[in-house]
Amino acid sequence: MAAFKPIATTRSATGVLTSKLAVWWLLASEVVIFGGVLCSYLMHRIAHPEWAAYAAHTNEWIGLTNTFVLLSSSLTAVLAHNAAEREDGPLAARWLLATVGGACLFLMIKSFEWYTEISHGYTISANGFWSFYYTAAGIHASHVIAGGLIMLWVANTARKNEELHRVENVGLYWHFVDIVWIFLFPLLYIAK
Amino acid sequence: MSSQPTVEHGHEEHGHEHHHEPAFIEKYIFPLDHKYIAMQYLLTGMFMAVFGGFFVYAFRLQLAFPGISVPLYGTVSPTEYNALVTNHGSVMIFWVAMPVLIAAFGNFLIPLMIGADDMVFPKLNRLSYQIFLASVVVLIVSWLVPGGGFGGAWTAYPPLSAKAQYSLTPLGSTLWLVAVALEFVAFLIGGINFITTAMNSRAPGMGAKDVPMVVWMICIASIMFMASVGPLIAGAVMLLFDQNLGTGFFDPDKGGDPILWQHLFWFFGHPEVYVVLLPATGIVAEIITVFSRKKLFGYQTILYTAIATGVLSFFVWAHHQFVAGIDPRMANVFTITTVLISIPIAEMMFLYIATLYGGSIRFTTPMLWALSFIAEFLIGGVTGIWLGASGMDIYFHDTYFVIAHFHYTFFPIAFIGTFAALSFWFPKMFGRMMDETLGKIHFWGTIIALNFIFIPLFVLGAAGQHRRIYNYNHYPELSTPDLQSLRVLATVSLLVLIAFQFVFLFNFFWSMFRGEKAPANPWRSTTLEWTTPSPPGHGNWSPNDMPRVYRGPYEYSVPGRDEDYWPQNQPS
Repeated sequence: MAAFKPIATTRSATGVLTSKLAVWWLLASEVVIFGGVLCSYLMHRIAHPEWAAYAAHTNEWIGLTNTFVLLSSSLTAVLAHNAAEREDGPLAARWLLATVGGACLFLMIKSFEWYTEISHGYTISANGFWSFYYTAAGIHASHVIAGGLIMLWVANTARKNEELHRVENVGLYWHFVDIVWIFLFPLLYIAK
Repeated sequence: MSSQPTVEHGHEEHGHEHHHEPAFIEKYIFPLDHKYIAMQYLLTGMFMAVFGGFFVYAFRLQLAFPGISVPLYGTVSPTEYNALVTNHGSVMIFWVAMPVLIAAFGNFLIPLMIGADDMVFPKLNRLSYQIFLASVVVLIVSWLVPGGGFGGAWTAYPPLSAKAQYSLTPLGSTLWLVAVALEFVAFLIGGINFITTAMNSRAPGMGAKDVPMVVWMICIASIMFMASVGPLIAGAVMLLFDQNLGTGFFDPDKGGDPILWQHLFWFFGHPEVYVVLLPATGIVAEIITVFSRKKLFGYQTILYTAIATGVLSFFVWAHHQFVAGIDPRMANVFTITTVLISIPIAEMMFLYIATLYGGSIRFTTPMLWALSFIAEFLIGGVTGIWLGASGMDIYFHDTYFVIAHFHYTFFPIAFIGTFAALSFWFPKMFGRMMDETLGKIHFWGTIIALNFIFIPLFVLGAAGQHRRIYNYNHYPELSTPDLQSLRVLATVSLLVLIAFQFVFLFNFFWSMFRGEKAPANPWRSTTLEWTTPSPPGHGNWSPNDMPRVYRGPYEYSVPGRDEDYWPQNQPS
C-alpha cells in the first residue's frame, strides 16, 4: 500500500496528533447520533408509563453479562495501548485481537438474546418500547461490528510495528462504544 | 507515545509525489488532490443544480398556467407536482448548496489559504466524494422507480413520509431517505477532514487570528453540521424502520409521535441554514476587502458573531412548529431565541458595511455579487424576524410569505455566494480569467429577475396563498385575476432568470478553455492561495518552499508601504 502522506498530515499546530484529533471529532459526531436516539426514547418513555411492563420482559442478567464482556474488552484495549506505548507492536496486536474476541462474544450473546426475544413475539414492530430497544441496541451493535473490523485492520499493521498511534485511536473509539452501552443498559433493561 | 507526529514513513514517498503529476485516471477520476476533489464536488453540484432548476421550471409553469403541457416536460400531474416540489428543495439544499459552498470551496480553499499542500486525510476526502456521488445516484434512481420520486416535501413530515398509502411513493420515499443519509455521512467525513486540517496544518507562523475569514466560517459551519445532524441521522433510521419494518416511532396508533420527527428534523434543519450561510458570508468577507482595498472591519467581532450565531442556532428550531401543537409557553421561548439570533447576523452585516466605508471600491463582477449578497440577504433576514414572532407566524405559516422569505436567504447563500466565489477564485481554479462583460450581464439579469420572482410571492403570501397547492383554480378566493397575474409575473421572471444562467454557463466553460491567461495574483490580494501559480500544481507549493505567515490576511492600504497590499507570506 502506497503510504502517500501530504506535508499537511505531518504538521501539528495544536500539538495533538492529527489522527487523534480526527477521532475526537468523530466521537463528537457520534455522541449527537446516540444523543438523538436516547433523548427520543426518554421522552417517549416518560410519556408512556406502561412501557415499564414491556421492559420487564428484557433479561437483565444477559444484559449484565454483556456489560461485563464489554468492560473487559475495554481493559484489553487499554493493555493494547499500553503495549503500543512501549513500542511492542506484536503484543499490542495480540491485545487488540483479545478485544475483538470480546466484541465477538458480545455479539454472540446479543444474537442469542434477540433470538429468544423474537421467538417469544417481542419483535421490532411489537410496540414502541421494543422498537426503541432494537433500534438503539442495533445502532450500538453496528458500532461494535465496525469497531471490531477496524481493530483487525489496526492489529494487522501494529503486528509489523507500523502506525502504532492507531492503537490508541481505535482504543478511544472502543471506549466510546463501551460508554454508550453503559447508558443503554440501565435505560433499556433496568428502568422500570 | 510522543504527541509529535511522525514523518518517517511518508517522507520519500511525498517527495516522489511532488515530482510526478499523477496519471489521468488517478488525477481526474479517483483523485486524492484536494483541488480535483473540489472540482468534482463543484461540477456535481452544478449538474444537480440543472435538475433543481428544471424541477422549479416545470412546477412554476403549472402554477402560472394550470394544466398546460410544459415544454420539455409535459403535463404535470398532482403526484408529479408533489415530487417536483419536494425534490427541488432537497436537491437545492443538500445537493447544490452543501456540495458547492462547503465541500467544493472548503476543499479548494482550506489547504491553499492555510498554506498546506493538501488535506490531512486525502483518502478520506476521496471517500467523502464517492459516498456523495453514491447519494446522487440513489437520488436520481428514486425519481425513476415505479410510483415516482418522493413527494412528501423536503421536510418529510410523517405520516405522509412514513406510510406508502399516504405518500403513494413506496420506493421513492425510502430511496430519498437513503440518499439524504448517505449525503450526511459524506459531509460528516468531509467536515472532520476540514476541521482537523485547519486546526493542525496551518503554515508556520499562522495563528488563529491570521486565518482568512472564509476558512473560519467553513470550519464553524462544519462543526455546526456535525453537532446538529446526529439526531436527524437517528431520525432517518427510525423513519426508515417506520417505512419498511412496521415500527411506529412516528405513528400515534403504536405509541409514537409525529411531532418527534419535526423536532429531530428541525434540530438539524435550522442550524443547517446557518451551516450554508456562514461559508457564504466568509466568501463575501474575502471579496469586499480585496475590492475595497481595506482591512476587514472588526475581524474578531465578526468571528464572535459567527460563533454566537452558531450557538444560538441550536435553540431556535421550534419556531418551525408554532402551529404544530407545541406548548404556547415553549413558543414564547423560541420566539425570543429566534429574534435574538438576528442580532449577531445584523452585527456581521454592519461590520461588512463598515469595511466598505471609505474604501476604494471597484465594481468588478465578484464585488457586485458580494454587495448584492448583503442587500438581498438582508431582505431575507428582516422578513425572518416577522416569521420568528409566533403571533405573526400563525398567520404566515405555510404561506408563500415563508417561501419568499427563505428564498431570499437561500438564493443569496447558494447562488449569489457561489457566483461571487466562482468569479473571484476562477483564475486560481482554472488559470484563466472569466469574462467581465458576460459576468456583468449575468449578474444584472439574475439580480433583477430574482427580485421580480420573490417580491410577488411576498404579496401572494400576505394575501393568504398557501404553499404546496397544485392548482389554485380549485380555490375561488385564491384564483382572482390579480393574484393569478402575480403568479404569472413570478413565473415569467423565473424563465428570465433561468435564461440568464446560460450566459453564466457559456462564460464558465468558454473562459475555462479560452479565457485570458490569469497571473498568479490578478486581484492583488494578500492571502496565501494567490502566492501559488494559477492553477496551482500538485502539492500547491514546492515541498522545500512551503509558505510562512507573518501577518493577518487583510493588510490592505497599509500606510507607508509602496504597494497597497501586504501579502501574508512577505517577511517585511
